[in-house]
Amino acid sequence: MTSSPTGITYCKCLCVVICSLPTLLIPPAMRAALLIQRWYRQYVARLEMRRRCTWNIFQSIEYAGEQDQIKLYNFFGYLMDHFTPASSERNLISHIFRENNICHNVDWERYFCYKSIEVPELYSGPHLSFPITCSNAAELVEAFKNKQQLHSRYVLQLLGETWRLLRILPNISQISTCHNKEITICGDLHGHLEDLLLVFYKNGLPSSEKPYVFNGDFVDRGKDSLEILLILFSFLLVYPNDVHLNRGNHEDHIVNLRYGFTKEVLGKYRLHGKKILKLLQKIFSWLPLATVIDHKVLVLHGGISDTTDLHLISRVDRHKYVSALRPPKRKRQNRSGMTDSDLEDDDPTAKSVDSSRRRVHSLTHSSSTGTRHEVQRRSLQGLNNRVTCSVEEELKERRRQAGLSQSYGDLRNSLTNSDSDPDPDSGELLESYGDEWKQIVDMLWSDPMPQDGCVPNEVRGGGCYWGPDVTEEVLRRHNLTLLIRSHECKQEGYEFCHNRRVLTIFSASNYYEVGSNRGAYIRMGPDLVPHFIQYQANRATRALTLRQSVGRTERSALRALREKLFAHKSDLISSFQEYDPENTGLISLGHWAGAMEAVLRLGLPWRVLRSQLVGDTLDGMLDYHLWFRELAITEPNTELSNASLLETMYKHHSNLETIFRIIDTDNSGLISFEEFRQTWKLLSSHLQTEISDEAISDLAVSIDFNKDGSIDINEFMEAFRLVGGDLLQNEGDPH
Amino acid sequence: MAEDKESAEAIVSEVHKKIRAAFDVFDHEFNKTVDVREIGTIIRSLGCFPNEGELHDAIAEIEEEEPTGYIRFEKFLPTMTKVLMERKFRPIPEDLMLQAFEVLDKQKKGHLELEELTKYMTQEGEPFTQEEMEEMLSAAMDPDKNLIFYKDFVSMMTVDDPR
Repeated sequence: MTSSPTGITYCKCLCVVICSLPTLLIPPAMRAALLIQRWYRQYVARLEMRRRCTWNIFQSIEYAGEQDQIKLYNFFGYLMDHFTPASSERNLISHIFRENNICHNVDWERYFCYKSIEVPELYSGPHLSFPITCSNAAELVEAFKNKQQLHSRYVLQLLGETWRLLRILPNISQISTCHNKEITICGDLHGHLEDLLLVFYKNGLPSSEKPYVFNGDFVDRGKDSLEILLILFSFLLVYPNDVHLNRGNHEDHIVNLRYGFTKEVLGKYRLHGKKILKLLQKIFSWLPLATVIDHKVLVLHGGISDTTDLHLISRVDRHKYVSALRPPKRKRQNRSGMTDSDLEDDDPTAKSVDSSRRRVHSLTHSSSTGTRHEVQRRSLQGLNNRVTCSVEEELKERRRQAGLSQSYGDLRNSLTNSDSDPDPDSGELLESYGDEWKQIVDMLWSDPMPQDGCVPNEVRGGGCYWGPDVTEEVLRRHNLTLLIRSHECKQEGYEFCHNRRVLTIFSASNYYEVGSNRGAYIRMGPDLVPHFIQYQANRATRALTLRQSVGRTERSALRALREKLFAHKSDLISSFQEYDPENTGLISLGHWAGAMEAVLRLGLPWRVLRSQLVGDTLDGMLDYHLWFRELAITEPNTELSNASLLETMYKHHSNLETIFRIIDTDNSGLISFEEFRQTWKLLSSHLQTEISDEAISDLAVSIDFNKDGSIDINEFMEAFRLVGGDLLQNEGDPH
Repeated sequence: MAEDKESAEAIVSEVHKKIRAAFDVFDHEFNKTVDVREIGTIIRSLGCFPNEGELHDAIAEIEEEEPTGYIRFEKFLPTMTKVLMERKFRPIPEDLMLQAFEVLDKQKKGHLELEELTKYMTQEGEPFTQEEMEEMLSAAMDPDKNLIFYKDFVSMMTVDDPR
């Protein structure tokens, strides 16, 4: 029931007059109403504050994790570049850096061939025939809705076709809203199949009348990443001119190791998972980088930087960037004297070009490099001069240079100014690779910021933060009017910034937790004005009250935060003790907040969160030992006596898992004791912690639950599951 | 005397930090300003119970002479400190809340009908917007019977308070 504006004003005026009357003259019903309204609004405001804080918690933990990942990967990169080939550490991880090797596409096609895989009679899932039709694609959507799984034969076949198509697509897709077509643009999906299904339900399936752009991050975190890919690829194959996919920072096999996609595929396809992952690796590298609508609207996943140059980007060999976290190796001389470039996926894709597929730019142009250049030899030469340095010193030097921003510089420095190589061409070559790489990383990883300027994105560890002045300049330079990007979760599913010149669209609802946010998609017609449709998957969440959804999300965030507290326990205690020189065991709440931020560095509003994390205090003083005990986090259920070893492991368990999965080359989920030891040594040198070989061996033995001489990665990670304490449990909410 | 002065200063300092912390949560551009529309939330999250009129007055005091839509921390801090030190806009005790509902429940049924509550909340006092009304109903109302058992509602909301 809404009054007209004048009605409200009248009512307000009346109210103001009435409120200024002595209380007794105000009619009781009005007094009662005023009281109830005042009380309820206060309550809603406090909920809003809690919601903001919860959001901050999730976001800072998420980005800190990404930063962590990149640091780890940079560390590996350093090992690769600076260790002699024989070193054992390098052997463990070298395979993830192995480029597309000495292999023609023909050889790859043979490896990925699905033809020998038989589909058993008992298989009740969908059958695909090629060339795929739109009813096939629709059938696939239905099948996944009914929780069926596509047989690996069809998966490989579908992926193979996709790979072939992507190779002939340009880096930047150009589309138009001609014939009054409205274009639908979706943001991050992150494996949330129910959101994609909801979008299709509300908006219709993709078709030539209903073109779609999907703006990256299809995979990781959610549990149906592969199903989403299969659906998107099948529609891409049916309508190659009307379905457009942009690569996101999660379309990257290194990132997938940490964030769940690798695990998902291996879990669903035990026999052929590895092959599927390898083919996906190629597909990801071939995904286009951006889409431009009517030459006016730029759509890409992350963002831009002050150096973004679309003309440069349209000319790169995008598939060389298998992982955006690392630039491709220079041309390397293999035994037969041919360079990799001679054998690159050059041309012969002609055979699979359908008449319905438009062949736009050719990606294939021979790289204009004069002299062959052997980086590896160069870095070893560099090493010769310092060959007496110990490994530890090398690593110390490397650790000094933390963060990707410096590693841009790092990389260029280590490659350009090591020894005195007089080759003039190579300098140029390296420049162009550095530039290209930076352009791509910026497109996939950057975030907008409110202030002017362009600074490295140290929170995530990749790309940059760019300001409104950069938006204006880049849009002007390319004669564009709007930038649409994704990459950041938004409470309402979308958000404008930079004077409405940048629009973030995010399509995974309930991203952090059930009830945390809505998802949204854009509809845009020839007027290029975006219209938004919002939604929230999971009927249950729509029925939740504000209070319940805030409560639930909050509990989840607090759980995640508690895990961090546990992981940093000894650092926190030392920090508390600095404020407690007389060792009374008590510190003030102000000092508590200071210590928390100094150790955890999450940039969270500790004073505001205090009431959720700390129970009773004595005169405003906190007994910190008691507080930790009351957090009542039970020790993981392994028989480990060494508490600090455990703590260190827990703190870095994501990195540990990533390394495990890298080492587990046959993707069996098992690693040997020796590999476990090596893993730990790798991690401890990255972290600058000392662990004795004996402690590690004891640990390995105690973790071998099956007593069969190998460690099951999943079992090991399970051991770190934590159980929450009473202090932070739900307060009376039935959910 | 010196001791008292010290502890008074310490108290004010704590109050300042509390205000700063709440303000920062909404300072999205990290430039010590917040959107004026968030001020109500900030003030209330610090434990105050102003009504809309009082809020309006507070904002008028804090705003720039030529309103920019943004509130600067330098202006917010002294006003808010005064509010907290003088304990303005005190919380409403649970029993008073109950009485308020009972006043509306003329027939003393122990509950309110959907239409009754809606009428009062959207037409009397400082009326709720439709959104506010819907949200309150979703929290307060028994969906099967369309009735608001206000005694339960009040205790639920009060228990929820983490303070």
